[in-house]
Amino acid sequence: MSKIEKRENIFKKAWGHLSLRIGLIGSIIFALLAIISIFWTPHDITLLNISNRFLGPSSTHWLGTDFFGRDMLSMLMSGALTSFIVALIAVSIGLLIGTPLGLLAASYGGIFEWLVLKGNDFLFAFPAIISAIIITAIFGPSAINAIIAIGIFNIPVFARVSRGGALSIISNDYIAAARLSGRNNFNIAFVHILPNIASLLIVQSSVQLSLGILAEAGLSYVGLGTQPPATSLGLMLKESQSLFLLHPMLAILPGLTIIAIVLFLNLAGDGLRDALDPRLAKQGALDSAG
Amino acid sequence: MAGFLFRRVFGFALTLFIAALAIFLLLDILPGDPARFILGINASPESVNALREQMGLNLPIWQRFFSWIGGVMVGDFGISHSQATPVLELIKERLVVSFPLAIFAMIISIMLGLPIGIFAARRRGKISDSLFMTLAQIGVAIPSFWFGMLLVLLFSVKLGWLPTGGFISWQDDFFAGLKSLILPSFALALPQAAILARVMRTALVDVSSADYIRTAQAKGLTKGQAILRHGVQNAMLPVLTILGLQFAFLIAGTIIIENVFYLPGLGKLIFTAISERDLILVRGALIVLIMAVTFTMLITDLLYALIDPRLRSRTRQ
Repeated sequence: MSKIEKRENIFKKAWGHLSLRIGLIGSIIFALLAIISIFWTPHDITLLNISNRFLGPSSTHWLGTDFFGRDMLSMLMSGALTSFIVALIAVSIGLLIGTPLGLLAASYGGIFEWLVLKGNDFLFAFPAIISAIIITAIFGPSAINAIIAIGIFNIPVFARVSRGGALSIISNDYIAAARLSGRNNFNIAFVHILPNIASLLIVQSSVQLSLGILAEAGLSYVGLGTQPPATSLGLMLKESQSLFLLHPMLAILPGLTIIAIVLFLNLAGDGLRDALDPRLAKQGALDSAG
Repeated sequence: MAGFLFRRVFGFALTLFIAALAIFLLLDILPGDPARFILGINASPESVNALREQMGLNLPIWQRFFSWIGGVMVGDFGISHSQATPVLELIKERLVVSFPLAIFAMIISIMLGLPIGIFAARRRGKISDSLFMTLAQIGVAIPSFWFGMLLVLLFSVKLGWLPTGGFISWQDDFFAGLKSLILPSFALALPQAAILARVMRTALVDVSSADYIRTAQAKGLTKGQAILRHGVQNAMLPVLTILGLQFAFLIAGTIIIENVFYLPGLGKLIFTAISERDLILVRGALIVLIMAVTFTMLITDLLYALIDPRLRSRTRQ
């Protein structure tokens, strides 16, 4: 390895950890602001005050007020909370269903693996927006539909990542040793393989979390997700649609909040990937496009 | 190659069939009787039943499914009861907006993403690389519909260069139609271009450390020449996979972007159909969307096999 390449590697590593630090701190700040909104917001957003609407930034309303005279900062905080919750539950659905499927497919093989792979291909034909349309047609729009639709999309993602990770370590000696000592496939999958692909799953979760925030925004924006009187960052954008030409801040602020959250989550994900396992760097870059 | 082709096409057909079945069954539990919806709440039970009979709603579910899927296969999607027009015609009317939008977005995404990715990879570690990759990192985080709103604000309201929304049909004024798709396709393309740039850069950085690049350099090419002549082609493999995924994503993404620009696309058709309980129209539009997504995946798979020299040499043996 030449000197230049070595220096580049060190640079890359440092940047990787720097991005991890920036991403984690940023994500935590936004998550905290969202959580605080459960107990406290600068102003009560359930009280409408029409005479105060469309105010600019001031010392009482740092980011101004919206079309109902509600404080924008308070709206953003509780909007972010909904967006986080939707994305978190959707990722959990993917993790809890997709991971076991991927693990078992890798350790059992055969017809079960074939079925999981085919099921994966099938689910990929349903982008979240299409599932959301079907679910909404049946049950009517709600945040829960958005969660289910995004969750369904997450299942094949985690199944694929888990299977890939499992296949790469299943030929190791300690797996063979476990098999010889009488462990069955099920036991091997969860006791021996799962802990070893944990870092993979953490990295993928951060990617899917940021995609989930974006997907919630898109679904709520077209009316397939969160409904008033609840609020979310996507819903704020939908509600600003008819007003944003006159009052652009109503759309710009929620958009910037989404970008900031997604950016920090992605930075954290990239950093985690580098820090936990540099070999995954390439695979991750591909997965983030899904 | 023939076996490979057959397996992929068969898989494609199977996915479509199961998707059609899933859509049909799921939408069948949709509350509300289309016959009653057409006739209104004051209709007598006899007339509702007569209409149900006429629409084939009283047949067993599997019979209705096969008559629907059989029709779809020969291009007969049934007749929309809310608009009293063949479903296929309604879908075609919307596809001439949605499909060009997805294509334009794809072209823009490729024209922005690939050159930036190649440029960044060649200047790896330099300031311009960091700059472009930071921009790409931000681009990935931008919701396309929000970016669309900003574009309207700047190019339509402030500068007055382009329409704020709506669509003038191709027949009425081709160039006006084109103009009304410019902003939506840029909005749709930007986040995809950012992803593409990142993937292209990673793929090129990977191949630039490959043995064959060193061999090419040993034969007298500069590193840049070696990468352009041998590297780019190999780096295209992962990029192609992403392109396929992206096009599928763009097709679905048009549904959201239509809302920003008030475009009469497939999304609008589906939403109206749902609110009017026009099941046959919802089913038809959804199956067309899924067909487009699955077909894109199939083409990607086939292209992949065509471009990958390793697969080609295997078939020659």
